[in-house]
Amino acid sequence: MSGTSEFTPSRRALLTGAGALAGITIASGVTLISVTPAHSASGPATSKNRWGLLIDSGKCDAGCDECVVACRTEQGWQGHDRPQSDPQWIRKVNLKDNKTGAAHSLPVMCQHCENPPCVDVCPTGASMKRADGIVLVDKHTCIGCRYCMMACPYKARSFVHEDTTGQKPHMPRGKGTVESCTLCVHRIDKGGIPACVEACTEKAGRGAMMFGDLNDPDSAIAKELSKRVTTRLRADLGLVPGVHYQGL
Amino acid sequence: MKKQVIQLTGSLFLVFAVMLALVAAPRTAGAEQSGVPLPVLSKAIKGEQCVEPANVMRREHMNYLTHQRDETLREGIRGKKYSLQQCTECHATAAPEIEEGKVRTLQPFCTQCHEYAAVKLDCFACHNPTLPLDKSSRILNTPNHDTSALQQMIVSHLNEGVAAAPGDVNYQKEISQ
Repeated sequence: MSGTSEFTPSRRALLTGAGALAGITIASGVTLISVTPAHSASGPATSKNRWGLLIDSGKCDAGCDECVVACRTEQGWQGHDRPQSDPQWIRKVNLKDNKTGAAHSLPVMCQHCENPPCVDVCPTGASMKRADGIVLVDKHTCIGCRYCMMACPYKARSFVHEDTTGQKPHMPRGKGTVESCTLCVHRIDKGGIPACVEACTEKAGRGAMMFGDLNDPDSAIAKELSKRVTTRLRADLGLVPGVHYQGL
Repeated sequence: MKKQVIQLTGSLFLVFAVMLALVAAPRTAGAEQSGVPLPVLSKAIKGEQCVEPANVMRREHMNYLTHQRDETLREGIRGKKYSLQQCTECHATAAPEIEEGKVRTLQPFCTQCHEYAAVKLDCFACHNPTLPLDKSSRILNTPNHDTSALQQMIVSHLNEGVAAAPGDVNYQKEISQ
């Protein structure tokens, strides 16, 4: 059900190589099969990767919302001064222990679960998980029933109630569909990092967010996770989120 | 009796033929200036050749786009040749009715044919088809009300087996000229 692709990079490389061989030259100047001009395609995403985040609430500050601003700018979502229904892909949550007075602040977005309940309940298959663990909404097939919004324990998804204009080319948005954090999949596919992580380091200068491949033991995030004790939100639900928090 | 029936049928046929002629005559006479406006598409800004020949694109573009969108979104395969963004790059034109012609947009290129064929197009409810206006932008051509273009197209299709459709160079009329 996870839609894991068997099309691994090595097999892909082999097929690409075979494609190159298809244009065999029989004699000088005579080509057996003409090779179509190359469109440099990347992908597909494979289960070799498992993208995730590590968020250090100790470095996060209640007064800072650079990650939210960056997400809004990158993906082109904005509010209409209706907090009950406005889209919210990422939000800052402030926590306080009333007995000790200790306060935390942390960003909460789609947790990109390994066992996403939003995918389980979707009646059309629009809510889906990519092979590399990124949970997305296929808005082409989303009928706007909002069952996934009810199923998500993190309130990570939003419904688009208003007509949309000025969408970013990489992020089509439309009235009547559900949307949520895509982990900036358009950047990841080009080898980049999510906009919120970039803003936390570069604009806010806090470095409270770290992005990387949880499956790669040599990645910075995997090394950090092996050293620190981290929490996954509502770990008791067994959803195995890809977002880890430290200091909760 | 049989003779009468034949006569009656004959006269009925004659009346019917006359009626048909009367009904059809004004239409035939006015055919040059009436009818559904034919789409007249602007030439692409970039390049001389689309990702497939024009007649293939006319017939198959929707299949290419649907197939590739699933690959891109669900499997993460990016940069293949059929993409709506690439359509916009080459085919977006400035149209006076959209944001006063201050942007170039794919919408007029698509909607002309889709309106002609009565096919509902809802890509642009979510996908933004606009790009900033630049020097290479072209102004949208007006629809062609001249049905002789359609007749020519059908004749050439019958003769050669290939449609010289309104999008082809012969029927281009630029407003700017």
